[in-house]
Amino acid sequence: MTVFARSFSKRIAAAAVLALAAAAAGAADKVKVGFVSTLSGPSSALGVDIRDGFQLAVKLNGGKLGGLPAEVLVNDDQFKPDVARGLFERLVKRDKVDFMTGVVFSNIMLAALPEAIDNKVIYISPNAAPSSIAGKDCNPRFFAVSWPNDAYHEAAGAFANQRDLKSVYLLAPNYQAGKDSLAGFKRTFKGQVIGENYTKLGQLDYAAELAEIRAAKPQALYIFLPGGMGINFIKQFVGAGLGKDMMLLLPGFSADQDVIGPVGQAMAGLFNTAHWSPDLPNAANQKFVAEFQKEYKRMPTLYASQGYDAAQLINAAVRDVKGKLDDQEAVRKALRAARFDSVRGPFKFNKNQYPIQNYYVRNVGSDGKGGLVNKSFSEPILKDHGDAYVQACNMPQ
Amino acid sequence: MTPRRIVLLAVAALAIALPWLLQALGADFYLSMASRIVVYGIAATALNLLLGYGGMVSLGQAAYFGLGAYVSGVLLTEGMQGALPHLAATVVICGLVALAIGAISLRTRGVYFIMITLAFAQMLFYLANSIKGYGGDEGLTVRSRVQLPLGLDLRDAETFYWVALAVLALVLWGLSRFVGSRLGQAVQALRDDEVRAEALGLPTFRVRLLVFVVAGVIGGVAGALNVNLQGYVSPASLHWTQSGTLLVMVILGGAGSLWGGVLGAAALLLLQEGLLAYTEHGEFWTGWVLLAVVLFARQGLAGIAPALKRRLARGGTAP
Amino acid sequence: MTGLLLVEQALNGAQFGLMLFLLAAGLTIVFGVMDMINLAHGSLYMVGAFLAAWITMQTGSFWVGLAGSVLLTAAIGMLIEATLLRTLYARDHLSQVLATFALILILNDGIKMLFGTDLPLSAPAALEGPVELPGGLRYPLWRLLIIGVGLAVAVGLYLLVQKTRVGALVRAGAANREMSMAMGVNVARLFTLVFGLGAALCAVAGALLGPLLAVQVGMGENILILAFVVIVIGGIGSIRGALIGSLLVGAVDTLGRTLLQSALREALPPQWASAAGPALASVAVYVLMAAVLVWRPQGLFPVRGG
Repeated sequence: MTVFARSFSKRIAAAAVLALAAAAAGAADKVKVGFVSTLSGPSSALGVDIRDGFQLAVKLNGGKLGGLPAEVLVNDDQFKPDVARGLFERLVKRDKVDFMTGVVFSNIMLAALPEAIDNKVIYISPNAAPSSIAGKDCNPRFFAVSWPNDAYHEAAGAFANQRDLKSVYLLAPNYQAGKDSLAGFKRTFKGQVIGENYTKLGQLDYAAELAEIRAAKPQALYIFLPGGMGINFIKQFVGAGLGKDMMLLLPGFSADQDVIGPVGQAMAGLFNTAHWSPDLPNAANQKFVAEFQKEYKRMPTLYASQGYDAAQLINAAVRDVKGKLDDQEAVRKALRAARFDSVRGPFKFNKNQYPIQNYYVRNVGSDGKGGLVNKSFSEPILKDHGDAYVQACNMPQ
Repeated sequence: MTPRRIVLLAVAALAIALPWLLQALGADFYLSMASRIVVYGIAATALNLLLGYGGMVSLGQAAYFGLGAYVSGVLLTEGMQGALPHLAATVVICGLVALAIGAISLRTRGVYFIMITLAFAQMLFYLANSIKGYGGDEGLTVRSRVQLPLGLDLRDAETFYWVALAVLALVLWGLSRFVGSRLGQAVQALRDDEVRAEALGLPTFRVRLLVFVVAGVIGGVAGALNVNLQGYVSPASLHWTQSGTLLVMVILGGAGSLWGGVLGAAALLLLQEGLLAYTEHGEFWTGWVLLAVVLFARQGLAGIAPALKRRLARGGTAP
Repeated sequence: MTGLLLVEQALNGAQFGLMLFLLAAGLTIVFGVMDMINLAHGSLYMVGAFLAAWITMQTGSFWVGLAGSVLLTAAIGMLIEATLLRTLYARDHLSQVLATFALILILNDGIKMLFGTDLPLSAPAALEGPVELPGGLRYPLWRLLIIGVGLAVAVGLYLLVQKTRVGALVRAGAANREMSMAMGVNVARLFTLVFGLGAALCAVAGALLGPLLAVQVGMGENILILAFVVIVIGGIGSIRGALIGSLLVGAVDTLGRTLLQSALREALPPQWASAAGPALASVAVYVLMAAVLVWRPQGLFPVRGG
């Protein structure tokens, strides 16, 4: 061969190798998401709503996330941390998912999270966002697309101040999120806390606690009891005749559609705080609420809005890295940028990958059709609010 | 080289080579399943010693499994990673607790013994729930693992598997030696006929207590291994239904036979994994399998070979 | 602790204890008369709750749901007894433990297949509110109803066991089974009836507690163990023992929880006190059980004569 021909064929070979390398190293052919949540038991409505919100977003994106066909592997953790752990291990090691998401409860999430992050898989939390990993133990593979655990309760404390409440009794389940909730309320509340009690997570009979609350005679009672716990508590609270003795103040977790349905009219007029409300006026939310009602024939809860936003966040990130999921650093940067239209309005991540956002006061009122729905006050009670732990986080930015 | 020896060597070789085999098949996820079978095999063998050889029906064996897991988990949380402290602490603590519980429980007989072992296990379960400092009912997540000499780290999946396998081999070897020994014969005699054993002058209480304590210690070691495998322990490991699961394993495998614990653990865990692939209702079918074994195949898997042998012998040519 | 708080907690303890009694009564008779450990007794309670919830959903009436559930659960209980459990009477206790453990697995998933993992159950609206008691205490009517039903069942069982022929046969069987058989009692039929009665009591408990707790798969496992504690303390085979035992356990558990919590709250952070209080009260219950087993295994009201 001539010299020219040899160098030419070398260049062709080099180009071919580069092209193959680019094809192999870059774009994946689909996005695999492992979804583990509480889909059975008294608090299943929460997991079911997160799942339905997530899957609705995928459907509205044409079954794709970031332009790639999406495969969402849905599993039930049965409200058991060890079951969740096993599911995470299976999804990460055997099914080799690209993202993990879904868990409702902080204790379950904290038990299972190491299986994801120790195996280099990013976890996007559509609910649990405990304070224990918001500060010095923050992790670059953990993203909270919901809120910091303390936030709703800090908002409620601020609202209690606005209402000039002097004495409050506090009640929450005895797990990380319960601890975070009452710590959050106490952080902002300026009145007197005359009682602080923790119940067993999953407890359903509150006779003993209600007797103590009755004896303490507070001006107001603030509880954090999500899911089936809240439903049972509020029913028993009303059944014990305590509604006449004190004001009941709630975080959005105990006053959304999943509680309103089973409890009924007793919920009318109750104040609660949240980062989202079905009547928020932005375009993304109006579309979400309409589509959710059309698809599932019920009003979405804040849990559904979080599942929906989680999928939209992943969608935006995958789109921004053009499907090259192998470069995890790029995926992380794209997630942090959060270039998507959240149904809650303005959204951005803090240094610790927990949200900075507004929180609103909501009131349970008539929906005009004989039912009840949450209506928000337009002026947020907390604006552009982060969390109290971010200063201790030393994550590479 | 007897056929038995050959089978044993083949099984050992297969077990040792398993990690490489799984990797070759691209199925390395299943190594953690294999490790789980080994760990539960150790725990079930402990119960087998107590129940199958010792004749003591205990509904509280999960207490030692959970206790061992908590001992190791707490040490890791406090920053201690050395293998020797972990082993020593597990053996001593589980041994002392088993001694105390056994000394009280073995004063009772029959159904009362079953109930009291259950009571003590539930006590430990609630104690684990009460200690919020180490997680309480949320459980304890441990991020570090035990470090062995020579730079071996139990975080490495293959290292863990071989270490657990070595422990299992040691336990089985110990059990086989025990069964043939004088003490072992005494224990089995006591199991079969207590009146006669007492008449022969056997210190029945002390013999039973010894077996009870050894079973507790071995169960505790299995638990300590388990927390290093899962990185998590919760009071659920001490719940009476966990004791029930161990009991199921021993019965499936064959109580009173050397391999009963291992066979049972493998059978139950593989059955559950297999069912998971086809149905959400694995427990339903597991229940029927267990029922069938209890009603028709009481000797479990280990009883199948001898039963077949008997059948073949009977159906063979007449002398 | 104020007087009113003590009264309310005492009522709570009585309510909890009496529901426990409904389960323990059936369990103690089965254990006493048939000498059988039935771990699936809690599952019958679950079946009763699910059937009550489902029938209430279909008919819109809680009382129809309760009645239907009692009848159906009793029938299911008798069916299980006549087919499976009968083969276990002659077997050793270990086989009984294993077989009934298998039954728990089968029933749990069976219910899940039929009804899903949980069903809602609400008390009739008229009975959901509080009732004004003398002294000014507003106590939930539904809990008072439960106390009432529990006491009524206790009286009814007493009359049944002490004043009727069937009751006499049950007492004889519990005291000495071989002798009863030798005297010509149709043991098989007696056993089936007794088991059906136990199942019916479970259904009553399941239906009444459903509105307070949650009707969910696996709800039987925890209450089952407490029922065993009660019958050990009270004396296997004794209904009177089951009643006293249940009230004792109810009192220790409920009062122990609150007393320990308030005591510990002086020394520990609230999260720790709230965890330790109830847990230690439960430990106390099991310590009581162990103590009875060691020093007086026949229980507080021994039944076995010879």
